[in-house]
Amino acid sequence: MAAVAAGAPVIVCRNLHKHFLRKTKENVQALDDVSFEVARGGLAALVGPDGGGKTTLIRLAAGLLTADAGELSVLGIDVKADPQAVQDRIGYMPQRFGLYDDLSVQENLDLYADMHGVSAADRRSKYPQLMEMTALGPFTRRLAGQLSGGMKQKLGLACTLVRSPELLLLDEPTVGVDPLSRRELWEIIRGLVRDQGVPVLLSTSYLDEAERCEQVVVLREGKVLAQGPPKDVTALAEGRTFMATPPRGETARVTQTGLLDDPAVIDASPEAGEVRIVRQPGQPDGALARLKLEPTPARFEDGFMVLLRRAAASDNQVQKAPAAPLVAKDVVIPADHEVVVEVRDLVRRFGAFVAVDKVSFEVRRGEIFGLLGPNGAGKTTTFRMLCGLLSATSGTLKIAGVDLRRGGASARQQIGYVAQKFSLYAQLTVAENLDFFASAYGLRGARRRERIDWAMAQFELGPVAGLLGGQLPGGYTQRLAMAAALLHEPQILFLDEATSGADPMARREFWRRITALSQAGVTVIVTTHFMTEAEYCDRIAIMDSGRVLAQGTPAEIRARGATKSDRQPTMEDAFIAVIEEARRPAPHEQAA
Amino acid sequence: MVASLLRVMALIRKELLAVLKDARTRNMLLLQPVLQCLLFGYAATLDLSNVPYAAFDRDRSTASSALLAKLDGSGVFHRIANLTDAADMQRLIDAQKVLVVIQIDPNFQRQLSVGEDAAVQVIADGRNSNTAGAALGYVNAAVESFNADWRGDHGLPPPPVQVNARAWYNANLETRWNLIPALVGTITMMSTMMLAALSVAREREEGTFDQLLVTPFTPVEIMAGKAIPAMLIGVVQATNALLVAQFWFRIPFAGSYVTLYVGLILFLLAAVGIGLFVSSIAATMQQAMLYAFVTIMPFALLSGLTTPISSMPPIIQDFTLINPLRYAIDLVHRVYLEGAGLDRLVPDLWPMAIIAAVTLGAAAWMFRNRLE
Repeated sequence: MAAVAAGAPVIVCRNLHKHFLRKTKENVQALDDVSFEVARGGLAALVGPDGGGKTTLIRLAAGLLTADAGELSVLGIDVKADPQAVQDRIGYMPQRFGLYDDLSVQENLDLYADMHGVSAADRRSKYPQLMEMTALGPFTRRLAGQLSGGMKQKLGLACTLVRSPELLLLDEPTVGVDPLSRRELWEIIRGLVRDQGVPVLLSTSYLDEAERCEQVVVLREGKVLAQGPPKDVTALAEGRTFMATPPRGETARVTQTGLLDDPAVIDASPEAGEVRIVRQPGQPDGALARLKLEPTPARFEDGFMVLLRRAAASDNQVQKAPAAPLVAKDVVIPADHEVVVEVRDLVRRFGAFVAVDKVSFEVRRGEIFGLLGPNGAGKTTTFRMLCGLLSATSGTLKIAGVDLRRGGASARQQIGYVAQKFSLYAQLTVAENLDFFASAYGLRGARRRERIDWAMAQFELGPVAGLLGGQLPGGYTQRLAMAAALLHEPQILFLDEATSGADPMARREFWRRITALSQAGVTVIVTTHFMTEAEYCDRIAIMDSGRVLAQGTPAEIRARGATKSDRQPTMEDAFIAVIEEARRPAPHEQAA
Repeated sequence: MVASLLRVMALIRKELLAVLKDARTRNMLLLQPVLQCLLFGYAATLDLSNVPYAAFDRDRSTASSALLAKLDGSGVFHRIANLTDAADMQRLIDAQKVLVVIQIDPNFQRQLSVGEDAAVQVIADGRNSNTAGAALGYVNAAVESFNADWRGDHGLPPPPVQVNARAWYNANLETRWNLIPALVGTITMMSTMMLAALSVAREREEGTFDQLLVTPFTPVEIMAGKAIPAMLIGVVQATNALLVAQFWFRIPFAGSYVTLYVGLILFLLAAVGIGLFVSSIAATMQQAMLYAFVTIMPFALLSGLTTPISSMPPIIQDFTLINPLRYAIDLVHRVYLEGAGLDRLVPDLWPMAIIAAVTLGAAAWMFRNRLE
C-alpha cells in the first residue's frame, strides 16, 4: 500500500486532459489542462456551469475513466496505473446512486457491505453509527423506492461509508433534495470531515455549499477558472455588491430583469423585496442611474458571477442579444387580474395516507406562485391534481374556470406542464420532439413554423436540433422541456422542480424567461428546492405533510422566520423555521 | 374532428418514428417474419422422409423381399441395416440408430402361398411418439399396398373394403401448407402485442405519458395513435410472411386478398387491444413484458397451430374462445387453402371483433383512471 505522508494532499491533479467523442463525431474537450490539489482532511468543492467537467473530474479520480494526458494521483496512488487500488480505499457516490428500489434500507446496506467484504464485527460497530448519523434508524425496513429524495441520498451516503473509505468523492450529493434534508446532509458531511478526518471532494450547483468548503475549484468548459479558499473568489466582488430598492410600483423581479442586459451589471437578483446587484466597474451607470445603491458585503455567488463574466468576455463571446418577447404581441393582458387558478379545500388520500390535506390557494393572472416544501410535502401530488393527472378525493379545483380532469381537450390547450424529470421522447431528436408537440397542440401551417422557429431561437436549440432527446447535455433538456411546454402559448404554466440540478447561470436564464412570460400575462405555478428562487415569486405557499403552513409574499414569509438574534433571515432560514415550528409537537402532546 | 384526426396522425408518426428509427429494431420487425417462416417451413415439419429402419428378414423369400422393396421404394424409409440376430433389434433402437425395425417370420411366403395369414412384426421407438406414430402409418400403407399387389398377382379377389382417400385443399397433406399460413397469424400477433404492450408502459416509465395526458389528446385518440402503428407493422409483417409462403414455398393461394386482409386487420385489432390492455395495467416495462409473455405463450400453444383444439380437454377448449389467434389461424387456413369468402368466415370474425372491443375499451378507460 502506498504510504501517504502526513499533510500530503490526497488528490493531486496536474495538467489533466480528457476529451469525449460524441455520437455526432463532435469532439468535446471535457477537461483542458486542469491542475489542482485537495489537502488531507479538507473539504473541497467543484463548482461551475453544467458541462464544465465536474462529473468527468470526479469519475477520473474514482478510476472510472482514464485521462488522455496529465497526472492524477489519489491517496498517493497513480490512478491510471492502478485504478482498483484507488477504488479499494475511496468511497464514490455518483449523481444517481445505485440503490435497489425493491430492497429495504437494511438490505441495501447489507448488499453494499457484502460487496465490499465488510466483516460482521465491523458491521456491528458501523451500522448503529451510520443509522444515528443519517437518522434512518426508524426506517430500516422501508423499501428504498419509497424513501424521499433526501432520505435516498442519505442512504446512498451510508452505503458509501459502510467500509470506512479514506476519501469521499460525492457528485452533486444534494441535487433534488429539499432545504431541510440538504442541511442534514451537510451536517453529516461536515461531521465526517471534522470528527473522522475523512477528506471530501464534492461537486455542487449550490453556491452557498461551496462557500462553506475550505477549498473551491471553479471549472468552466473544462478549464480551471479559480481555485483556493472560497473567500478568494468572494473577494473578487468586494466593493462591487449593492442592494437597491425597486422604484415605486415596480416589483424587485421586474427591476432585476431590466438590469440583466446592462453592461454595467454583472449580476442582478431579487432578494427580500430588493435587488442585489454586482457592478461591472468602469462602465457608465446606465440603468443603474435611477436606483439608489446601498453597498453590501459580497458573497461567494457574487464573486463566482464576476469570474464567469470575465471568462465569457475573454472568450470574445458575442454579448447575448436581449431575449425576444416570449409571447406573441397580440396577447392582451387583462388589467382586472382575475383569479385563474382556484384551489379550495383540496384533499387527496392514498388509502389511509393523506397526501394533500385541505389545501386552498388562488393565483391571479400574470402572477408567479411558488409551492415550496420538503420532499413528500404533497407538492407534486397537488401539481398532478392541478394538471388533471390525478383526481382529487374532495375539494374544488378550477383552472381557468374548469376542472382539468373533467374539462376536455380545449381546457388542456390552456396549460403547459414541465415535469420534475425530463419527460420528452429520448428516442426522438430535438426537432422531432418539437414537431410532435406542435401537432399535439394543433399548430398548423405558418403559425406552426413560426412557433417552432421561435422555440428554436428563444431556447437556443438550433445547435442541438439533430441530437436525440436522450443524448442532450444537462442544461438543454430543461430548455427543450420548456420549449415544448410553451409552443402553444399556454395561459397557465406549471413547472415542477424545473431547475433541479441546473447550474446558477441556467437558473438565471430560466427565471428571466419566466419573468418575461408573467409580464405577458401568463400565470406561472412553480415548485422548487432553491429558496433563492422563491424570491422571484409574487407569492409563495410553504407546504408540509400535505398542509399549507404559510402563504404570502416572499417578504411576509421571511418575516415569519425572523428571530431576536436574526432579524433578516434568508429565505432558507425562514423556510426551515416555518417547517420546524409546525413539526414541533404541541405543548399538550409534549406533556403526554 | 379534423383537429382530433391530425393529433392522431401526429401520434402515429411519432410512434413509427420511435420504433423504426433504429435500424436494428426495424430489421428485427420486418425481416423476422421472413426468417421465421423459412425456419419453420424447413425445420418444423411433421412429414417424414429418410426414416432410418432395420429389416430382420428371417424368411429371405421373394415375398419378404417384395414387402421390404415396398418400404424402400416409399421414399419415407431408409434401410440402414439387415439384421441376423434378434438382439441387434434392441441395440439399434436403444442407440437411436433406427426408428423402426421390421421383423418378418421364417414362414412368411409359405403361409401366404397357402392362403394363411402371415404376420409382420413392427417395432417402433415410442420415445418420440409423434414420429413413431407417423412412421407406423406409413408401414401400414406399404403393407396394404403389398397385399393388394399379392392378391392381384395370385388371382385372388380384392379385399372387400378399400379406402380411397383424397385430402382436399392439401392433396399431399404437407405439414408446411398447414403451418406456414398459420404462422402469418402467430408471428404478427407476437410482435404487435409486444409493441402495443411496451409502448404505453415505456411512456409511463419515462414520464412522457403524463406529458401526453396534459396535452389535448383524449384517451381515445391516444388509443388510436398507439394501436394503428402497431397494426401497420403487423400488416407489413403478415404480408412478408405471405410472400414467403407463396413465392418461396409455392403454397397456392386459393382465396381473396381482400377477405384475408379484412380478417387480419380485425385480428390485429384484437391482438393490439390485448397488448394495450396489458400496457394499461402494468406499472413498468418489465411488468408489461412479463404480462405479455405470460399471455402470448398459452395463446400460441392453444391456438390449434400445433395440436388440434378439438382434442383438448373441454375446459381448455372453452379457454381458447378468448384467444384471437385461434380464430385467426382458422381464418387464414380457410381463406388461403380453401378460398372461403367473408360470409363463411363470420364465426371467426365476430369473436375477434368482440375481443378487440372489450380490450380496447378497457385499456382506454384504464389510461385515464388508473391511480398512481
